[in-house]
Amino acid sequence: MNSLIKRLKMQFDVEEQTQRSNLSFINATALQLPALLTHLRDYEKYTQLIFLTAVDRIEDNQFQLTYMLADESSQNNIGVRVRIDRENAVMTSIAHLWHHARTYQQELREMFGIDFPGSPGVNDNFILEGWEEIPPMRRDFDTREYSEKTYFPRPGRSTTHPRTAMKAVDPDYPELPLMKGRVK
Amino acid sequence: MDRSKFPEIVDGKSQYDLDSGRFVKIWNGPQHPGVTGNMALEVVISGDEVVDLKTHVGYLHRGFEKLMEQRLYIQNFPLVCRICVPEPDTNEYLYAAAVEELSGLEVPERAQWLRTLTLEMSRLASFIMWLGGQAGSFGMGTVGQWAVAVRDYVLDLFEAITGGRIYHMYITPGGVRDILPEGFDADLEDVLKKVEKFMHDAEIVLFHNAVFKKRTKGLGIITPDMIDPYGILGPNARAAGSTRDVRKDSPYAVYDKLEFNVIVGSDSDAYDRARCRFQEMQQSIELIRQIMEIMPRKGSFYNRPPNVLHWQIPPGETYVKAESTRGEYGYYVVSDGSNKPRRVYVKGPSYTHAVALFEQMAVGTNYADLPGLMVSLHTYPPEIER
Repeated sequence: MNSLIKRLKMQFDVEEQTQRSNLSFINATALQLPALLTHLRDYEKYTQLIFLTAVDRIEDNQFQLTYMLADESSQNNIGVRVRIDRENAVMTSIAHLWHHARTYQQELREMFGIDFPGSPGVNDNFILEGWEEIPPMRRDFDTREYSEKTYFPRPGRSTTHPRTAMKAVDPDYPELPLMKGRVK
Repeated sequence: MDRSKFPEIVDGKSQYDLDSGRFVKIWNGPQHPGVTGNMALEVVISGDEVVDLKTHVGYLHRGFEKLMEQRLYIQNFPLVCRICVPEPDTNEYLYAAAVEELSGLEVPERAQWLRTLTLEMSRLASFIMWLGGQAGSFGMGTVGQWAVAVRDYVLDLFEAITGGRIYHMYITPGGVRDILPEGFDADLEDVLKKVEKFMHDAEIVLFHNAVFKKRTKGLGIITPDMIDPYGILGPNARAAGSTRDVRKDSPYAVYDKLEFNVIVGSDSDAYDRARCRFQEMQQSIELIRQIMEIMPRKGSFYNRPPNVLHWQIPPGETYVKAESTRGEYGYYVVSDGSNKPRRVYVKGPSYTHAVALFEQMAVGTNYADLPGLMVSLHTYPPEIER
């Protein structure tokens, strides 16, 4: 793993952070990402894209994209981290490198609002249908506010005690004797 | 495959013309006996040949990842198991392993053995469920009914250990919740014998069945050169000659102390995938017996973490992985130093199998074989939607 990082540093402007003996993260720029991933896939035998996901770094007004790759024997993982602007969230597609990358990119488009121009079907619905709010996985999407606004409000239970709760909905609910030994 | 008779594909979409009268569009699911879980298939057929297929997911979307960002680390522990119903323990283990790695919490050795035991038991239960589904999808419902009954015996064991049948919430950060109950060894051996009896019967009525062989041989071939471009993992890849198995490649829990070989196939079709999984079921039974034989019976099984209501995990990120019945399962957890995770990403193997791969493989198959093909990829929709 160390020799790989050394080789990468000679060719690309990357920073490295080792998490475990078989897991390292490297920080790269968005511009060099396609070349870096192609190099890892074709010359370093990191042939499998395990996942692609995003972390909303809202405090820096950025998104962090993490591309997790695995080597041929699946013993080592390398996570390539890229920061992109949060306001104009656009990233180069890697669907030409791995077929299944288009699904990840389609999901990121829907859940984080990150565009991947040229990725097949990137604007199609993946999970949500007719979504008009801000992308739901962004940190500033308030789930409680959305559900209170969208769904019919139901009065919640003021107590979790079964007897009191039953009394609230049914005034005729019988007064059952307390079980012996229980604290009232 | 010769695609000359199929409509042209532009920007990833098949250009079929429904008005031509040559094609019919059919929706399978989300409630359909031939579809695993709640997933919808938009199928375009010409005669009985599938011309185009699109997977629609989202019917089980419960926003697990978003929920996890809003809860304390310990509050997520009973949540993660719900991401995969038939095999929840892999989720429990991975979430616990990621939190332990980021926080530096040690796990006692006895807990690692107990974790491995439940992981293998849930693997067995999940494979039993798959076997019933695979037989049922080719019209052999009897094997499906046997499978449901036998799986229930395994669930009885889980109930004895954890109190829960489906969701166990047993593997917690720091170890496991309890040790094995009294008399468990005998009960376990009794159930394993029942499972072996079931497998013996299934071998005869399913794998030696001419109809099953005829319909699965040559169905849904995954060639070795498809493995990496489509992100294929687990038995789907191993049936095509791959030797990747996280239990062997990057041993976790106590898999490095167990003796087993990676099961690899060669024919790459639905029949070979079924054979590989069937052999992995047998291997799982052997592993459970090995664990029971050499597992330490004394010692601590839980290292208490700091006050879990105020537990702040140091900033960092990690990716932990384990081998589930469908392939490599992973958790990517990012901590920002607070008492709630900044981001939890759940990587389920069905994500690639049920969408990119299945959409590609379905084209050209017989419409009646579609459910069998889908089950032969062993997909669980909640892993896709999270």
